[in-house]
Amino acid sequence: MNPIYFDNNATTKVDPYILEKMIPYFCEKYGNPSSMHEFGGKVKRDIDYARQQVAEILNAHPKEIIFTSCGTESDNTAIVAALECYPEKKHVVTTKVEHSAIMNMCNYLSKKGYSITYLPVDHEGMINLDQLRDSITDKTAIVSVMWANNETGVVYPIEKIAQIVKERGAVFHTDAVQTVGKIPVDMDKIPVDMLSLSGHKLHAPKGVGALYIRRGTRFKPYLLGGHQESGRRGGTENVASIVGLGYACVLAQQYMKEENTSVKYLRDKLENTILSTVPNSILNGHKTSRLPNTTNISFEFVEGESILLMMNEYGVCASSGSACTSGSIEPSHVLRAMGVPFTAAHGSIRFSLSRYNNEAEVDKVIEILPPIIENLRQLSPFWRKENMIGA
Amino acid sequence: MWDYTPQVKEHFLHPKNTGEIENPDAWANVGNITCGDALYLTLKIDKNTKKITDAKFKTFGCASAIASSSVLTELIIGKTIDEAKKITNKDIADYLGGLPQEKMHCSVMGQEALEKAIAQYLGHEVAQDDHLHHEEGKIVCTCFGVTDELIAKVVKENNLISAEQVTNYCKAGGGCGQCKPEIEDIIRRVQGTVETEQAFKKPAKPLTNIQKINLIQTTIDREIRPQMEADGGGIDLIDVVGNKVLVALRGTCVGCPSAQFTLKDAVEMKLRELVDDQITVEEVK
Repeated sequence: MNPIYFDNNATTKVDPYILEKMIPYFCEKYGNPSSMHEFGGKVKRDIDYARQQVAEILNAHPKEIIFTSCGTESDNTAIVAALECYPEKKHVVTTKVEHSAIMNMCNYLSKKGYSITYLPVDHEGMINLDQLRDSITDKTAIVSVMWANNETGVVYPIEKIAQIVKERGAVFHTDAVQTVGKIPVDMDKIPVDMLSLSGHKLHAPKGVGALYIRRGTRFKPYLLGGHQESGRRGGTENVASIVGLGYACVLAQQYMKEENTSVKYLRDKLENTILSTVPNSILNGHKTSRLPNTTNISFEFVEGESILLMMNEYGVCASSGSACTSGSIEPSHVLRAMGVPFTAAHGSIRFSLSRYNNEAEVDKVIEILPPIIENLRQLSPFWRKENMIGA
Repeated sequence: MWDYTPQVKEHFLHPKNTGEIENPDAWANVGNITCGDALYLTLKIDKNTKKITDAKFKTFGCASAIASSSVLTELIIGKTIDEAKKITNKDIADYLGGLPQEKMHCSVMGQEALEKAIAQYLGHEVAQDDHLHHEEGKIVCTCFGVTDELIAKVVKENNLISAEQVTNYCKAGGGCGQCKPEIEDIIRRVQGTVETEQAFKKPAKPLTNIQKINLIQTTIDREIRPQMEADGGGIDLIDVVGNKVLVALRGTCVGCPSAQFTLKDAVEMKLRELVDDQITVEEVK
């Protein structure tokens, strides 16, 4: 059975064209980019070419890009670098809905004596910009707000946020791991100081990421080692994957229109049909300010892991914000921050599409999902007729 | 993805005895929607033979919660109340070929529902309140409403030794985590006596030097330091020369007038009792 892969916010398929571009770097062009010989020197030029490709999708300068091992490393680096560069500032502002790469770093820092402001969100997952403005003081070293949320796909008004942060004089970082390749990102227009991205979310392989650092931003390396990445990130470069990331950025630009038309069409069809055919199904997140590929729907009175495993029988891959899927016993911190009640948070399912999906797959999910929810509700002690919306 | 056994998958995809019995002779509600799993169990019981003739369930929860409920009904149908009372959460998990550690609480939920339904049938007072569903005892974990009695029970029946395990088995400590020290106390209370007898019995055979140092270190870690830390002090093992144990005092013990008394009376006595009766303890400053 071919999987119906609707879990592209978790990771994506490596584009075969990208893989083809990577292959020579394993057995042929395997030189170390730092070596003095031409064999390695050539590889250095290929890395710089990839740097240029990544810079282009951000409308940035190649010198503003450093390669990392993943989105988490980029996020960790940004926060720690800002705190190292402004040792007199002990305050960080972020949100309650960040990825764990930011959240757990901030939790760690709070134990180390830093003070952290976690901005709340409303029921649509949006932050309040006045609250943001008020939270930044002259002790704030860095503000980190994600560009788009991985669970709900909610897109934050990064341009306005960046302006507010710059007016208040703090460093601004954004986790754009889910954003780059899905919607346009222009560093020339938006005053972001640092931005994280990750390869495997845009059809490059796992294990490579990048951090954009605007020229003039104070920076100190997080990973200490050799002089790689102009002394900003130690460690021999993951050459093949960096080359892959470069081409992935080129392809993502080419497919950007498709992402916002045909992928969005599939997402909308999936979302609208589920919401209209399954009783007590609720959309989580802002209706319009959202990534074109993501939908997060709660099915009241049933539990997410059960839904996923039932769909798994049909080869359908998705994610859930339920507690049971992660092994923790609290449901998604993002949905809880949005005030989604427990009756719905445990039964949330995220579908995230990509350009590799087609309409037949959407139709299949639309066909199998309503009976799955109905079956599980028949099993649920909380499901009563009077609970049904519109009954 | 969870590594579920074929039995779990089977009972999840094709659960047995689902639904509810009308006018049941016994019933129980455990868990609630906040916790992420809940079970409503109904039983038909023969008045004369005291046999459970039918059982049905409704479960909100993950695959292992549904499978555990299904197995519970399979296990109890045809059994007398006295036989059913002996079923533990381990029996449910074993029937399923095991559950992932993080999912053991699903088997506990099944066992709890059975216990509560039987108690209700026998006419005992049972709180069927959704939020404070665990029968008697004092609430230890306020996030999930788990009592000291239930914690002690899962610790004993499953031979648990850490607070993390307790969270896996009954969720206690999995929310804010503030009750973890209290859970550790319960574990010590239930397991501690056994452990002291077994693991800390004075060795019969002569020890090698390394064994002896290890035993001294373990004794200090488990038996001595926790008490001193409770008073804001501390102790570290520095060296062992023959039967002379050199330690350093930390925290409020440093410079405390009664520290010498503590050393001789508490530390030395404990080490003599559990390691070697020739031991003397000296402080290194």
